[in-house]
Amino acid sequence: MIVSAPVPDTNHRPAQRLFTVLRMLWADKFAFCAALFLLVIFACALLGPAALSEAASQVNLRGRNAPPFSLENGWQFLLGGDALGRPLLARIIVAAQNTIMVAAGAVACSMVIGTTLGLIAGYAGRRVGQVIMRLADIIMSFPSLLLAVIVLYILAPSVGNLIIVLAITRIPIYLRTTRAEVLEIRERMFVQAARVMGASTPRIVFRHILPVIVPTLMTIATLDFAFVMLAESSLSFLGIGIQPPEITWGLMVSQGRSYLTTAWWLAFWPGLAIILTTLSLNLLSNWLRTALDPVQRWRLELGGKKT
Amino acid sequence: MTDHLLEVQDLSVQFHSAAGTVNAVNGVSWHLDRGETLAILGESGSGKSVSASAIMNLIDTPPGEITQGRILFEGRDLLTASAEERREINGCRIAMIFQDPLSHFNPVYTVGWQIMETLTAHGRPKEEARSRALELLHRVGIPEPKAAMDRYPHQFSGGQRQRLMIAMALGLQPDILIADEPTTALDVTVQAEVLALLEELQQQTGMGLLLITHNLGVVAETADRVVVMEGGRIVERGTAREVYHNPRHPYTCKLIAAAPGKGEMRDSALSGEPLLRLEKVSKSYGTFTALKGASFDLRAGETLAIVGESGSGKSTLAKTLLRLEEPSGGRALWEGEDLFAKTPRQMARVRRQLQMVFQDPTQSLNPRMSVFDLISEAWVIHSEILPRAQWRDRVLQLLSQVGLQPEHAARYPHQFSGGQRQRIAIARALALEPKLIVCDEAVSALDVSIQAQVMDLLAKLREELGIAFIFIAHDLPVVRDFADHVIVMKNGKIVEQGTVRVIFDNPREPYTQRLLAAGLDPDPDVQAARREAREALERRAPMQEPA
Repeated sequence: MIVSAPVPDTNHRPAQRLFTVLRMLWADKFAFCAALFLLVIFACALLGPAALSEAASQVNLRGRNAPPFSLENGWQFLLGGDALGRPLLARIIVAAQNTIMVAAGAVACSMVIGTTLGLIAGYAGRRVGQVIMRLADIIMSFPSLLLAVIVLYILAPSVGNLIIVLAITRIPIYLRTTRAEVLEIRERMFVQAARVMGASTPRIVFRHILPVIVPTLMTIATLDFAFVMLAESSLSFLGIGIQPPEITWGLMVSQGRSYLTTAWWLAFWPGLAIILTTLSLNLLSNWLRTALDPVQRWRLELGGKKT
Repeated sequence: MTDHLLEVQDLSVQFHSAAGTVNAVNGVSWHLDRGETLAILGESGSGKSVSASAIMNLIDTPPGEITQGRILFEGRDLLTASAEERREINGCRIAMIFQDPLSHFNPVYTVGWQIMETLTAHGRPKEEARSRALELLHRVGIPEPKAAMDRYPHQFSGGQRQRLMIAMALGLQPDILIADEPTTALDVTVQAEVLALLEELQQQTGMGLLLITHNLGVVAETADRVVVMEGGRIVERGTAREVYHNPRHPYTCKLIAAAPGKGEMRDSALSGEPLLRLEKVSKSYGTFTALKGASFDLRAGETLAIVGESGSGKSTLAKTLLRLEEPSGGRALWEGEDLFAKTPRQMARVRRQLQMVFQDPTQSLNPRMSVFDLISEAWVIHSEILPRAQWRDRVLQLLSQVGLQPEHAARYPHQFSGGQRQRIAIARALALEPKLIVCDEAVSALDVSIQAQVMDLLAKLREELGIAFIFIAHDLPVVRDFADHVIVMKNGKIVEQGTVRVIFDNPREPYTQRLLAAGLDPDPDVQAARREAREALERRAPMQEPA
């Protein structure tokens, strides 16, 4: 099957490349919106605490459980107020930093460590692979929340420790997926062809095997993002995660849970923020998978015509 | 209206895909009578299978669409028949067998159960189905039919699986049997047996046989009439003999000319020190010995062909030689140095002199790398060959050397056809400036005319660059035109070796004789003579099928 897709530019100037990427992003409208939303969240995480932390922690008893969509108490109360009368909008913006830091940190750590171990387990000898896999089994057989409780009980609860604990519990997922894929891909012809050419092991692993696995890992990572946010909230709920007055979206959800019948907005807005972030990441990773795959890329290069 | 058993009239089928609408079949008409064999001959993409799929209601709609035409079975139009009626006909009146029997058997049921299912699905009682299945297994020549009933598909060899498939298709004594490339995945000797079985069964039951194939030899062996297809149209029709001897359409002429095995045999007069010497190389997997003490010499610029059936150890030999598999014993002297004694680091350096072209270029090219990256990777690994500044020019030069265009450098493997991909794989091998290229069934996955082009390319490169080749193939005619020396392998052992002329004109071993006799010649007259020779050979020493 010969698809007469446009020949990619041989000219690799950065500006031109950026333009190509933007055009491909524009071709998938959902991914484009997702990217915009993530940019906003990122900006909030970066600038929010500096600009709004005072407003977010100011107790205002007149605004206790203030309903959303009223501007009586100022724009910060657009989404309502919490049980202590703190403006929800401001709190969500401020909480973005901790939330994204914990989730992104934990996901990135577990992905990097898990993938590396998975590549070793899949490509190195049998014995090394066995040792790594049994380690993964040990981690998996231990209830992850219990592990987190024990570790955080011993260590002081802090953002750094929280990231480490959450990362450790999620490592086996990447490890097992990577190993399984490596075992399959290493037998493929193009890997054999690379060996015939005399390619070194690092080259085979990173140039030929890893790029094939990355899309799968990215998809898992985006799904894991939501899981980690919620795991962090349960730890915070137990008092061993993020400590008030520090806030995260997960903590806001669990704090709002007791008011669900009287003031739904306390848990709803931070919950919505979690959902939208995860959804955006998912859409974007979906787009990335298409954009990175030469066989599929034409769908985006054609300019987003529905096929 | 005529009273043919099956008649396809003016059939057109379109497929709607993202790349646009494809006319898979365009106004095709043919017919099939009781007791005759019609062959539809064509290369991949010619639409030869599409009309058969339309008969069996196997075209998915969408994306497929039957835009016009009729398919008359005993005068009844199948395309307007209800789904109910068509199920009655499928399997019962018209049966079909496929190229790869392993993927068409369900691995978790016994073959007996699966053969019986065809019968019970059409309303036969269980006891009757069982006795009929036994009878069928016996009929198609499966040893110990009773025990075979309770075995699973993976426990049979490829040829036996094709026989089982035929048994399944024959269960309800169909009026028509459609065979879609029934022997393409089989060894030559097994292919001959399966075709003989089909013919024998046809004579007994008087069914019509529709044979879809790309192989002129298969046509010559079995077909009464032939229809040649190209690009969704019928370009030529007639009796097999007529079409072979008096082709009218240029495409048919091209196909016939492309069939290998008619050129001059090479007489090599190479002497001197061997480039590569194998001494008693062996390889075993656990208790199974795949390779038993193989020894041979190869001189620079020489072409050595290794032929044999599947499981004879010819691919194992190549892989062991290149250290893709670790050898169990023996030595391989490359310019006097033992390859098997080298450390991985030393081996990596030697590798640029020994390259390999694999069977399936779709799998041997990394789908995520552009042609430029694929070819220039050679220089990333062996940076001493070429400075980076010259990569671009050299890639373009290599591309033109293998018959591709400069603008192809920026494309990805999926944008090429099978033959073009194999050219890319060859260009990649050439980038390392090797002294030896091992071709593991490098042309057997390609269409005949593409195969001829790639063989021409390899011959040209051999003349220009003086590269030595080890050419592994199961297709003897290809070897005949190309090789200097031939090695015949069986069950991991070299049973005969010699110059191409000796092997083809005066084979000593019965196994070699049988291999040669089983090959199919595109000329129906030659093939008829060859069949008699084969049957005579068979009478003298009956062939046992490997268990």
